[in-house]
Amino acid sequence: MMNPLIPLLVAIPLAGSFLTMILGRFIPGIPRYMALATLLLIAFISFWLLVPGGTASSVYTLGGWEPVSGVPIGLYLIHDGFSALVLCIISVIGLLSVTYSVSYMARYTNENYFYSLFCLMIAGMNGVVLSGDIFNIFVFLEISAISSYALVAFGVEKNELEATLKYQVLGAVASFMVLFAIGFIYWSAKTLNIADIRTAFSEGSQGSHYILIQILILTGFGLKAAIIPFHAWLPDAHSSAPSPISAMLSGVLIKAVGIYVIIRLFFNMFEITEGMATAITTLGALSMVVGTFLAFGQWDIKRLLAYSSISQMGYVVMSVGIGMLVMARGLRSDVAALAITGGIFHMINHAAFKGLLFLNAGAIEYSAGTRDLREMGGLAKNMPVTSATSLAASLSISGIPPFNGFFSKLIIIIAAVMGHFYLLAALAAVVSIITLAYFMKFQRYAFYNVEPGKIKKEIREVPVPMLLSMITLAVVCLLLSLLALPGIRESVLSPATEILMDQLKYSSQITGM
Amino acid sequence: MKGMTVIVKKTTQLIAGIIFMYGIYIILHGHLTPGGGFAGGVILAGSFILLILAFGSDFLHLVKEERGSTMYENLAILVFLLLSLTGLLAGAKIFFANWLPHGTPGELLSAGFLPLYNIFVGIEVAASILTIFLALVIFKEEVMK
Repeated sequence: MMNPLIPLLVAIPLAGSFLTMILGRFIPGIPRYMALATLLLIAFISFWLLVPGGTASSVYTLGGWEPVSGVPIGLYLIHDGFSALVLCIISVIGLLSVTYSVSYMARYTNENYFYSLFCLMIAGMNGVVLSGDIFNIFVFLEISAISSYALVAFGVEKNELEATLKYQVLGAVASFMVLFAIGFIYWSAKTLNIADIRTAFSEGSQGSHYILIQILILTGFGLKAAIIPFHAWLPDAHSSAPSPISAMLSGVLIKAVGIYVIIRLFFNMFEITEGMATAITTLGALSMVVGTFLAFGQWDIKRLLAYSSISQMGYVVMSVGIGMLVMARGLRSDVAALAITGGIFHMINHAAFKGLLFLNAGAIEYSAGTRDLREMGGLAKNMPVTSATSLAASLSISGIPPFNGFFSKLIIIIAAVMGHFYLLAALAAVVSIITLAYFMKFQRYAFYNVEPGKIKKEIREVPVPMLLSMITLAVVCLLLSLLALPGIRESVLSPATEILMDQLKYSSQITGM
Repeated sequence: MKGMTVIVKKTTQLIAGIIFMYGIYIILHGHLTPGGGFAGGVILAGSFILLILAFGSDFLHLVKEERGSTMYENLAILVFLLLSLTGLLAGAKIFFANWLPHGTPGELLSAGFLPLYNIFVGIEVAASILTIFLALVIFKEEVMK
């Protein structure tokens, strides 16, 4: 018996999106409640599926097309330890962003378009994460990408349109590369199912184009994930979007359609080679270092946060790359497992604290009316909750115990040292210190640095729904550090690592052989 | 937007209906012949676009039409989703399951859900392409003002 909740994770946000457009025309004010109800349902389902998960993963065949003699036909949705975690991130950050939008988006018009596109973006991301078929990944990738182009441009001002055009052009280049790679894969493997492609490739139908396919996939999804040489669209798009959308883009979208797919395909579809592992590790380390230096010089809060996203995603990619390198060299598999766990853990943590930081930036913009750090100061007195939550998030992202960022960075550094990558470990530690420096700059200029007579108008704390989501995320930041505890880590993070480490398990559960 | 000359108008009147019928034919035979919901829907939208181009339409009328087509678009895709969700309730209880009787292959009423899916995809595609066209025209009219 297949679990009927799995397709509902895609169907519910789709239905929510279309119903919002229909009902929103007749009943003004209902779209926000529709979106809230949709996201609540999704959050409930994804946590329900996470709890009994364990190491078991469930496969859903759409339309009931079972594999014929080990060859999968039809479309598959696959829910395993890794996708379960990403689904939970999507639904939690999505739910809190919608709660925040209830007050924040009141100053914009066309409410039903906003919530409809929001639900569509969630549906696309859930689809990418669940899909077990590479062409379906492309289709859902386009659904989420196109709705995010529209959401970035939602304010329809000059800089927003410019940012979205840049985003759209680079996104189209990425989609083209992914489609090109899928064409190559279909040509050489004669199938589109990820598990089946794996079987076909391991049986030796990999010619000289095999490396080209890998490079195209890495470039295409690397553009979506904004790894350093492909990052040009990110600072503009993430800083121009409305703040709840920035939180979604930076907190979730670059992970679900970028990092998640890279990790999934390079572990479960391609065979891990030392060359690609080195390339991924290098790109990760590069974005980690360059991103942090680019962030340091920014005065616009949201641009600073956007560049810091690049840097933090570098940690994730580098750590997973170290795991791949160790596996490719056939060294200790416990080190590889530790590195991959660290990467996944940091990905979850980053969703929480970067989502929170973007919501804080939105709150500052909402009340003070500026994003420039030089025009702020002394906000701690007027906005105590925003100040406190953003301090929590800043401490998390710079890796101060007891917040979650400390534990994931610690795991990454330990794994790098155990794998004898001393330079990478040192870089990770140094970058963490620089991160602390520029978040202290953010704290000082925004909240403490009081210069009398600088801010003219009276600044008040933001409305309750916005406070609610910021406080919840700050608590989540603290609670996530519990994932590092031995008992909890085994039941939540280890299934994700196992499905990536075990090369045969993923394909055998789908073909049934 | 202004209309065109009487020759264009008369020709359009003659052929728009035939194009419309052809679109419906393509949609209904989607499970038997090449084409289907998407191709037929594009043809349907083509006949509407032809009429708007030949006869022209004033701005307020265009805005009203755009609202209508958006509504049809959302309703059609919602019905499509609900049809696929019926698979969870009936028959084998699988999402997208084709639980209607399959009939004899080659006949018009066969293949279970496929003709229904094709019809709603056809409406969806026709409405969305018309919406895109109208949105571009409305944008141009707004700029010209």
